[in-house]
Amino acid sequence: MSGNSQIVFENVSKFYGEVLGVNRVNLTLPPGVTSLVGPNGSGKTTLMNLLTGLVRPTQGRISVLGLTPDQPEEFFRIVGYCTQFDSFPKDITGYGFIHQSVRLRGLDAAEANRLTWEAIERLGMTDAAARRIAGYSKGMRQRIRLAQSIAHHPTVLVLDEPLNGLDPMARAESIALFEALGKEGLHVIVSSHVLHEVDKISDQVVLMSYGYVVAEGQIHGVRSEVKEHPMQILVRCDNPNGLASRLFSQDQVVEAKLNSDGKGVLVRTQNADQFYLLLNKIVLEEDFGLEAVAPADDDVNSVYQYLIGSGGGTV
Amino acid sequence: MSQVASAITSLRTAPWQLWASQLVTLVRIELRKALWMRRSIWIYLVAFAPAGIIALHALNNPMGRSCTIQGDTAAMAAIFQFYLHGSIFFACLGLFTWLFRGEVVEKSLHYYFLAPIRRELLVLGKFLAGLLAAGLTFGVSVLLAFAIMYGHFGAPGRAFVFDGPGLGHLFAYLAVTALACVGYGSVFLALSLVFRNPIIPGAAVFIWESFHAVLPPLLQKLSVMFYLKQLCPVLIPPDGILALFTVVAEPVPAWIAVAGLVALCTAILVFACLRIRRTEISYVTD
Repeated sequence: MSGNSQIVFENVSKFYGEVLGVNRVNLTLPPGVTSLVGPNGSGKTTLMNLLTGLVRPTQGRISVLGLTPDQPEEFFRIVGYCTQFDSFPKDITGYGFIHQSVRLRGLDAAEANRLTWEAIERLGMTDAAARRIAGYSKGMRQRIRLAQSIAHHPTVLVLDEPLNGLDPMARAESIALFEALGKEGLHVIVSSHVLHEVDKISDQVVLMSYGYVVAEGQIHGVRSEVKEHPMQILVRCDNPNGLASRLFSQDQVVEAKLNSDGKGVLVRTQNADQFYLLLNKIVLEEDFGLEAVAPADDDVNSVYQYLIGSGGGTV
Repeated sequence: MSQVASAITSLRTAPWQLWASQLVTLVRIELRKALWMRRSIWIYLVAFAPAGIIALHALNNPMGRSCTIQGDTAAMAAIFQFYLHGSIFFACLGLFTWLFRGEVVEKSLHYYFLAPIRRELLVLGKFLAGLLAAGLTFGVSVLLAFAIMYGHFGAPGRAFVFDGPGLGHLFAYLAVTALACVGYGSVFLALSLVFRNPIIPGAAVFIWESFHAVLPPLLQKLSVMFYLKQLCPVLIPPDGILALFTVVAEPVPAWIAVAGLVALCTAILVFACLRIRRTEISYVTD
């Protein structure tokens, strides 16, 4: 994949005086949904601000599809950023807010009007568009900012905690939107504390802690690199007791215990691939009725807990 | 030579049409904000105060009963000096520093920084919007003050304006007002990009501008007032302490004064453009 279709951080550091923002970040982000995960103060927002040129790196280089923020006409034509700042120009309506930002792109009034309504409708804000943003609820403000960031059809969409303040219905709709945008080939970079929700849509994750990138890549790959925590696999079958006793004596199995619902065996293994081969063999030999086999901790939340832990901060 | 050629090529290929369209949009947005914001009320009060004072004078002296055109012309010149030193200075301080500082206080500057618009264009657009707002406000105020000052004399006043030097004075006052807005506007816009709170640097500029006459000749040329004073149509006799504000130590021709002021402001705006390139959004950090 060429560098012109990727977002590249090369040895990027950012210090605010003596305070570390991020340190020696090397990342290459391909298209799709990338989740930035980490506790408060881990550097997620700094990384996003660096990517969009709101702050400048103390050292290192960032390029977004071959462009840098020093070329704003080209750069911000392809980049949209929904920041965490819950603030707006004074006395502005939802429509005016988006229309103004689209007009600044040099578009004529008719085209700006079309793009504005398209974004407003996509985020379900049509009824509130003519009202002043000062009277919006937090969720509505979040949605109108989201609409503003996608109104110009960006190729790279950066979203800082976009699910904050949204009700469950709006959350589900937003997640579906991010997923759809990712599938359309956009780079969607999203930071969120709601791990189980971003987990569903992420093609890759970047785990951050204290300004450092702790791990990055597809979640399965990241999980398999965490050697100190054996992989957990839940096996559902018609005879969990029998399977548990059979597995217990195997070398590849660190632990085998009945699942809390009594309908399966939760296995911990250092080598998942070998365990799957072993399981196939046992099932054939003992004639167990296998119902499902699935990793139990192959998700963002588990990886987060293993690598950063609850001591890392709020999640 | 090749650098010159590449500079010419990049100027030719620059997206001038896009920049023009963005500039118009930006000026429209900023002008609306500058003219209609609630905190502009004190600027209007300050701007129209001289017109109010002259109106009171006119009411006390209908048809110029106990005053003369010569006397009122001198009074107008003195009032205008105070207007330049006080009203226009402080109103420009409030208006132009707020162009960027207001965005930082309201945490909305990042919307501009995330738009596909050059930051230099942002400086220029905000400056032009501030200039239009200030020029319009102070221009109307000067026009009003002048009309009241000579209108209350009746026919002699009209004759002074239309058959005498009055119209020339009016144009000179309007031009100096516009140049004052250009000068102070550029200074305060640049200050707001350097300092978070412009009050102390604003006070320093006020002292510099007020006492520039006692500075060495070279430093005097770094003062907006140095150029403005020379363009005023009616000279005030340098008497007493007021001499500090009215004396022109080294007079220069009008065209040099205008060119000097424009050069000074251009240099300040170039500095502001360079400064904004390095400006970061830091209302909060993660």
